[in-house]
Amino acid sequence: MSILVNKNTRVVVQGITGKEGSFHATQCKAYGTQVVAGVTPGKAGQEVEGIPVFNTVRDAVKKAQCDTSLIFVPPPFCADAILEAADAGVKLVICITEGIPVNDMVKVKRALRGKDVRLIGPNCPGVITVDEAKVGIMPGFIHKKGVVGVVSRSGTLTYEAVHQLSTLGLGETTCVGIGGDPVNGTGFVDVLALFEKDLETQAIVMIGEIGGDAEEKAAEFIKKNVKKPVVSFIAGITAPPGRRMGHAGAIISGGKGTATEKMKALEAAGVRVCSNPAELGATVKLALGR
Amino acid sequence: MNVHEFQAKQLFGQFGVPVPRGREITSPEAGAAWATELNTPVFVVKAQIHAGGRGKAGGVKITKDKAAVPGLVKELIGKTLVTHQTGPKGREVRRLLIEEGAAIAKELYVSLLVDRDSGWPVFIASTEGGMEIEVVAANTPEKIIREAIDPAVGFQSYNGRNIAFALGLPAIEPAVVNPFIQMLGNLYRLFMEKNAAMVEINPLVITGDKKLVALDGKVSFDDNALFRHADVQQMRDLNEEDPLEIEAGENNLNYIKLDGNIGCMVNGAGLAMATMDVIKLAGSEPANFLDVGGGATKETVAAGFRILLKDPNVRGIFINIFGGIVRCERIAHGVIEAAKEVKINVPLVVRLQGTNADEGRTLLAESGLKLEVANDLWEAAQKIVKLTGKAA
Repeated sequence: MSILVNKNTRVVVQGITGKEGSFHATQCKAYGTQVVAGVTPGKAGQEVEGIPVFNTVRDAVKKAQCDTSLIFVPPPFCADAILEAADAGVKLVICITEGIPVNDMVKVKRALRGKDVRLIGPNCPGVITVDEAKVGIMPGFIHKKGVVGVVSRSGTLTYEAVHQLSTLGLGETTCVGIGGDPVNGTGFVDVLALFEKDLETQAIVMIGEIGGDAEEKAAEFIKKNVKKPVVSFIAGITAPPGRRMGHAGAIISGGKGTATEKMKALEAAGVRVCSNPAELGATVKLALGR
Repeated sequence: MNVHEFQAKQLFGQFGVPVPRGREITSPEAGAAWATELNTPVFVVKAQIHAGGRGKAGGVKITKDKAAVPGLVKELIGKTLVTHQTGPKGREVRRLLIEEGAAIAKELYVSLLVDRDSGWPVFIASTEGGMEIEVVAANTPEKIIREAIDPAVGFQSYNGRNIAFALGLPAIEPAVVNPFIQMLGNLYRLFMEKNAAMVEINPLVITGDKKLVALDGKVSFDDNALFRHADVQQMRDLNEEDPLEIEAGENNLNYIKLDGNIGCMVNGAGLAMATMDVIKLAGSEPANFLDVGGGATKETVAAGFRILLKDPNVRGIFINIFGGIVRCERIAHGVIEAAKEVKINVPLVVRLQGTNADEGRTLLAESGLKLEVANDLWEAAQKIVKLTGKAA
C-alpha cells in the first residue's frame, strides 16, 4: 500500500511540449510511472517520447483514461489549467508551477470546494511512491522503498531528509511535497491522515517552515488522531520577521508564524522535533526503536 | 512589493476610498506652491519611507502656518529616519506627502488580506484605530472583528453590515455607516483587481463633520502578479530596497541580506533556510539567504559569488547544493569557472549531495582551488564555522 499514487496511476502531463514538461514527463516515465497522455492546446497528434499529446484534458481523459494530472503550465495560465483538469474529471491534480498569483489560487481553491478532486501544490516537487510512481520533479534515485512517509512544504530540503532515510536503510513509502505557497490545495493534515491509515507507513517525517499556521493545525491534528511516531523539522529559526524567505508563504508577519512557535506546538503534540535538520534520519530511527 | 503612503492613497482615490487632499513633494519650492493651492487650516507634512513608526521618529510634522511648510520640507528631505522597522542605519527621506489635516472624532482600523487557512480574503477591523494592531490583538482580542469574503461572489453588503454592527458603528456615528460599507466594497475591489497582498488603513478616521477619511494607508502587492499591472510596477522605488537584493533580482537569484558573517549559496528556499539554521547551530550567524534556484549554472554561481563578496561582513562562504535535476558535477564546474572570474579571498566550503555528487566532489578536489569539500550538511557547517571563527 501507499498513498495518493501507485503503479496503477494514469498520468496526463499538462504543458508536456514545454521544456520542463517534456523533460519531466520523460523522467517520470523512465521511473516506471504510467504517463499515458500529455496536453498542449493546438498540438494534438504530436508525441513526446511516445506519449500522445491532446488539445484538452477532456480529450486526454476520454481517450487515455487518465486519473491524475501533473501540471507544468506557466504561472499566468496555470489557474486555468488546474480548473480544466478538475472539470475533465481528473481525481488528483499535482501542480509543480511556481509563481502563481495568490488571488488566482484563491479562486481555484474556492472553485474546487465540494468537488471530488484533490489538488497537491502548487509550487511543489510533486508526489512519489517509491518503486511505483514518480509524479513530480524529485530525483527518483535518492529514494529507497521503506517504511517512512514524508510530507513537506519544501523541495530540496525534502530530498535532504529522504537521502538520510535511504542512507540509514529506513526507506520511504510515499513522499508528498505540499508546496511553499500561502494558498495551496492539500495541507499537512490531509496527508497526515492518509499516512496514519496507510498500513506500510510506520513513521512520518513532516518538514515545515516559517509562515502561516499549517504546522500548528497539524500539531492539533496529530495530538488527537496520529498514533504513529512523527518526526519534524521547521526551517527558518534564523529568519527575521517581515522578510519573505524565497517561498511566497515563508514569511513571519505580525509576530505570527515563527519557527519557535511551531516547534513548541509540535512538541506539545508529542512530535519529535529536530533542531538540526541533519538529525532527521537518526531521530526517525530512534523513534522506530531500530 | 511595497509602495509609499502617497501611492497607496492615490490608489484609494481611484477606487473611491476617501483620502485627504495631498500631493507628493520633493522640494521646498514645490512644497510652497502646493501649500498655497491646498489652502487648508492645518498642513500635515509626512516623510515617505517604506517603514512604520515614522511619527515617533520625527518624520511627521504638523503646522497651521502655510509659510512654515517650505522650512519643514527642507528639514525632512535628506534626513535619516530611524524607526523600529528601518534597522539601526535608518532610511533617508527623499520624498514627502503634504496633505490637509483632519479633525479627528474617532479612529478605526481596517485591513484586508488572504487568510491562508481558508484561502478566502478576510477583513480585519477594530475600533482601536491608530494603535499597532498586533498589540490590540494580543491585549484585547475581543476588539478584533474578522469577516471572510467568499471569493466566488465577492464582497456583499451583508459583509459590510456584519463588520459595521460588530464594531458598534451606528452608536459611534450613524451618518458614516453606509459610506463605511460602501468603502469596504471599494477596498475589496482594489484588493482583487490590483492583486494586492495586503491593504491597511490605520487609522480610518471619522471626522468632526461626520465624514470618513483614510488618514494613513498601506498597500503591498503580490510579486507574482506584477506582470499584470504595469501601473503598479511603475510605483516601485528602488531607493527603498537593498542594492545587493536588486542586483540579485536582476540575476534571477533570491537574496536577502542578514547581519551575520557566513555567506551561503543554496539551491531551494527550504534548504537555504535550513542551511542558515545549521550555521547558527554550529555557533555562527548567516550573512544572507540566497536561493540559486533549480537551474543553477556557472553564471548564477558567479553572480552569487559577486553578491556575497560585496557584503563586507562576509568572512566565509558555504555552498550547499542538493543535486536533483541540477547535477552536482555541473555545479562543481560552475564553482571552478566562477572562481577564475571572481577573486575569492575568504574560506570556502562546498557541500555537494545528490545527483553525481561524487563526480562533483572529485572535480573540486582536483581543481587546485583553495576550498574544503564536504559530504554532509552538519560536517560542512562545522567546517565553515571553524574556518571563520564563531560569532562575536
